[in-house]
Amino acid sequence: MATALRPLSRISRGWRPRVLEHLATLLLWLVFATPVAIGVLGTVLPAFGILPELGGSSLSLQPWRQLFNVPGLPEAVLLSLTTGLGTTAISFLIVIAFSAHWHGTRWFGRLRRLLSPLLSVPHVAIAIGFAFLIAPSGWIYRVLAALGLAAGLPPDLSTVQDRHGLALILGLILKEVPFLLLMMLVALGQVRVGESLTIARALGHSRSAAWQAIVLPQLYPQLRLPIYAVLAYSASVVDVALILGPTTPPSLAVLVWRGFHDPDLNQIFWASAGACLQLLIALFAILLWRLGELVASASGRRRIVAGWPGRPSRIAASAAFAGAALVVAAAMAGLAATLLWSFTKSWTIGSAMPEALTLATWMQQLPVALKALTATAVIGISSAMAALLLTIALLEEERRESLKARQRHYWLLYAPLLLPQIGFLFGIETLLVRSDLDGTWSGLVWTHFLFVLPYVYLSLSEPWRALDPRYERTARCLGRGPLAVLVTLKLPLLVRPILVALALGFAVSVGQYLPTLFAGAGRFQTLTTEAVALAAGGDRRVVGVYTALQMFLPALGFALALGLTRRRFQRSEAGV
Amino acid sequence: MSSGLVLDAATLGLPGRPPLFRELSLRTGPGEIVTLIGRSGSGKSSLLAYLTGTLDPIFIASGQIRVDGRDVSQLPPERRRIGILFQDDLLFPHLTVGENLAYALPASVSGRRQRRERIAAALAEGQLTGFEDRDPSTLSGGQRARVAVLRALLAEPKALLLDEPFARLDQALRSQFRTFVFEHARAQALPMLMVSHDPADAVAAEGPVVELAPFADAAAASSTAAPRSFNR
Amino acid sequence: MTLLRRILIALALALVGFAPPVRAADSWDDIVHAAQGKKVYWNAWAGDASVNAYIAWAADEVRRRFGIELIHVKLGDTAEAVSRVLAETAAGRKSGGSVDLIWINGENFAALKQRGLLYGPFVDKLPNYRLVDVETKLTNTLDATVPTEGYEVPWGTAQFVMMADEARVAMPPDSIKGLLAYAQSHPGRLTYPQPPDFLGTTFLKQALLELNPDAAAIVQQPLEEDRFAATTAPLWAYLDALHPHLWRSGKSFPQSGPAARQLLADGETDIAFSFNPAEASAAIAQGLLPKTVRTVAFAGGSIGNSHFLAIPANASEPGAAMVVANFLISPEAQAKKQDPSVWGDFSVLALDRLESADRQLFASLPLGAATLPPDRLGRAFPEPHPSWTVRLEQEWQRHYAR
Repeated sequence: MATALRPLSRISRGWRPRVLEHLATLLLWLVFATPVAIGVLGTVLPAFGILPELGGSSLSLQPWRQLFNVPGLPEAVLLSLTTGLGTTAISFLIVIAFSAHWHGTRWFGRLRRLLSPLLSVPHVAIAIGFAFLIAPSGWIYRVLAALGLAAGLPPDLSTVQDRHGLALILGLILKEVPFLLLMMLVALGQVRVGESLTIARALGHSRSAAWQAIVLPQLYPQLRLPIYAVLAYSASVVDVALILGPTTPPSLAVLVWRGFHDPDLNQIFWASAGACLQLLIALFAILLWRLGELVASASGRRRIVAGWPGRPSRIAASAAFAGAALVVAAAMAGLAATLLWSFTKSWTIGSAMPEALTLATWMQQLPVALKALTATAVIGISSAMAALLLTIALLEEERRESLKARQRHYWLLYAPLLLPQIGFLFGIETLLVRSDLDGTWSGLVWTHFLFVLPYVYLSLSEPWRALDPRYERTARCLGRGPLAVLVTLKLPLLVRPILVALALGFAVSVGQYLPTLFAGAGRFQTLTTEAVALAAGGDRRVVGVYTALQMFLPALGFALALGLTRRRFQRSEAGV
Repeated sequence: MSSGLVLDAATLGLPGRPPLFRELSLRTGPGEIVTLIGRSGSGKSSLLAYLTGTLDPIFIASGQIRVDGRDVSQLPPERRRIGILFQDDLLFPHLTVGENLAYALPASVSGRRQRRERIAAALAEGQLTGFEDRDPSTLSGGQRARVAVLRALLAEPKALLLDEPFARLDQALRSQFRTFVFEHARAQALPMLMVSHDPADAVAAEGPVVELAPFADAAAASSTAAPRSFNR
Repeated sequence: MTLLRRILIALALALVGFAPPVRAADSWDDIVHAAQGKKVYWNAWAGDASVNAYIAWAADEVRRRFGIELIHVKLGDTAEAVSRVLAETAAGRKSGGSVDLIWINGENFAALKQRGLLYGPFVDKLPNYRLVDVETKLTNTLDATVPTEGYEVPWGTAQFVMMADEARVAMPPDSIKGLLAYAQSHPGRLTYPQPPDFLGTTFLKQALLELNPDAAAIVQQPLEEDRFAATTAPLWAYLDALHPHLWRSGKSFPQSGPAARQLLADGETDIAFSFNPAEASAAIAQGLLPKTVRTVAFAGGSIGNSHFLAIPANASEPGAAMVVANFLISPEAQAKKQDPSVWGDFSVLALDRLESADRQLFASLPLGAATLPPDRLGRAFPEPHPSWTVRLEQEWQRHYAR
């Protein structure tokens, strides 16, 4: 005798109109998703001849014809693909192999703690350090020469800026391994690994076999998006390619970027076509990877059914460890080298260390670098704060709405990470010029905000949702409204994840290169743009100063975030 | 009778699926304790969430909730004056004991001295005099549980819900604490709805026991099987 | 400032008319006075730390003397500023542009002058312009065959030279053909910056002029496509022979002059190119090159030019930009620039027109161990027409950038 269910009537929200309940999502569409879409459109349209400011008013395929006439295009496209797939595949392999063989051991924890700080160092700093490390006249050679193992002049080996992009791939791996490892650990936190592993091992499988067969398939769905983001990024990176990538021809993204800045404005048309091509390449790389996923999972299934034959290999375990350790060693050595250079007075080829040290470069450069430092800090803090505010609003809204809201937000926020920056930054610049915001602080902060928001959201969403919902329910039942609960309860309890998310957003902003150039109209120099400009400048001492500052600034952010909240964290950890 | 907690033809479910349980109607008078029992997954906790107004929006529900004659079904949780106690004490870890209690004290109690006196009086009730400045993590489980009750009562609710509040306590503590809760709630003439697995709780409650029958089973039973007894 | 306010202000300005450009009737003192407190965005190539340091010094001086805030907008390539001016003008921003002053020459200057995007003619308004040598140094008024006509003021002169590490190169070559012989006997020890870097392009132009003496007259005229292949054939033949013996077998090139200089310092190459005969001394003084590096001139002469400062037509502060330009061609600024321990770039001033105190500034400049005095630099060839430059760069990309 059931009567039909009447739907839950809306709990009265008082005077607030319906639209305000979705205010956060509205804002997300307004200041984030729509502009990104406009940015893509603003890059696609000129690719087909439409750019009113330059007289392009009719559809035409001429830009594409021009694009295909650019010398070196096929090599550039191939380079893009191989760099993207190569970087992602090798980084993924290192992370998986390392975790499979070493997860749960002390060494895993140690290497992980060494890898974490690398996350906050901008790509450019790592690339500059790595370039110096492996150059024929670089640190490795100098140490060998000092030890007497290498004599004479540096060999004519293409270790940096080599034709095939190997140096570029290696340099990118140094940053992507820590990133993927972090994403994997986040995913691990949501999958019950301990018990599954125990069961699998009790069934007679080795740790690494159990990890590959049981844990990885459960983890992978959550790793998918980060992996695609790495694919898109490494296939289209410009700043690292300028430092480590080949020059004849350069990668597609570099070619396109140069096209956008050519004095002959008509080049913008084929550059836009090139940017579209870059978008397509990223998509293609993702599809190829997807295919690889299917193949890998099919073969994995067959192996499982066959009982997972094969014994654990010590060689594989050692290789995995060596891979991860090399990443840490190379990155740190490179960064140490640039720091050393900043204090160098003279460093000749034959010695492993500088002959004379001096503070002169720092004294000289600090006043000059101060401007870039301040700009970087201001932009970073502003964009991170803006991202934080919107993130908190979104997370609060998700609480009130259903699971669908959460998924919607996730996809909206993650989609731009899958787009190559060069694929839509020109459109963003056009949008800014038309709104007279190009070259202004607000335009620049907002452009950085577009890239900072996804990371802040990703960083904060898990801890936010993990907070016991009964706290909020109790407080509500004690008579406190939602805003009061947010301010007096949630924010204090989540101070640490909030500050960490802020520090992460800040670090992401510090490392941005293309956004500053496109949106800043040349009026703004940040530490990263300066470092790239100076990297080929012939004075490693000056570059060293800028790289050191690039490292220092985000690290300071994290140190503050963790240090300021340590006491409270200990307290609430005990109480929760 | 217009006082007490009244639930009128309540039912819950996920869209596109049959409801979790048959329509439930019950009434709890002031100082009365209705015990709600049912199998795991029968929707007891969801029902409590529905009563407090913190149900996940994915559910659809129907029915009416009246507290002291006032229809609160459309009100947000903070205006319903329905308190809730969980298994865990859920004392806010970033506030001291005194601050936790102050959080609950209505703003209508104004003046620092008056508020302090009310808090001190509450603590005295729980034999916790002088605990105002203590960090909740330094209290024992039993002490924290008492603070949680005092906090809920300080908010001057018109009804109190208990979601298996004694399950985490060991045997020795359980009956002592149970008595504490029931005594104080009855002293404020609060109607109570308690979810519990422990028959001893039901016995101590000395009130009606309602079984939340899953919808599917209820097809076999008659419509009057839902409330086993119904106090008027 | 909120977007709305910006829109309103823009509308108001559009209706009222922006601040009128400096009128001819304004005296120099008025211009200097009006420049107080203004910001001048100087777009200048920033690939060399010495240059940047000099510009920073100039900014300090200009703030002290005139109250102008000079902001060095660092460019990787002057073309970036050109494209920005073009883009802004195309978008309708005919005043209040983001570029006030550009360090410019050659095809970039031609690109802006042809489109009428330069402010001026203004050089005659600068009091210090009467000190500039326009008689003996033809390049000060003729920028790569394009007459400056007062739209840009010369800032420094340069001549294409080589820098060689004497510790490694006993007998440095002094001609293009000599370089080929050197590369063949010392494979992997020579390279040049990748065109369209201006130094790399100049290497191409130098090679063309030395290998094809007839080309000298032809390249002074605008490009004729049907003559291009025949005129440049010797150049491509030379490069085809040269590249396999270059650093990295010619598959990779340093991206700029300073990057090539770094290779010299690191011992990866033995010879580098420069436009600045004093660069070697300046670099040694700053510890950027080993002390054994020397400047080597081309025996038969080499390309020489001047580099300039120009003001876009849509500059926000043309008056203040002129004040800055005038300071930069003053004897103090030019002497400081020519000091090899600072930058070493040669001045554009006629020494005989200076006051004796100012002349002393120049006389007392140290020459630097590695500098060649002007009389040892060989003849200065004029720059080709910009259309040839652009075409050479394109053709190089077609041949070698794949």
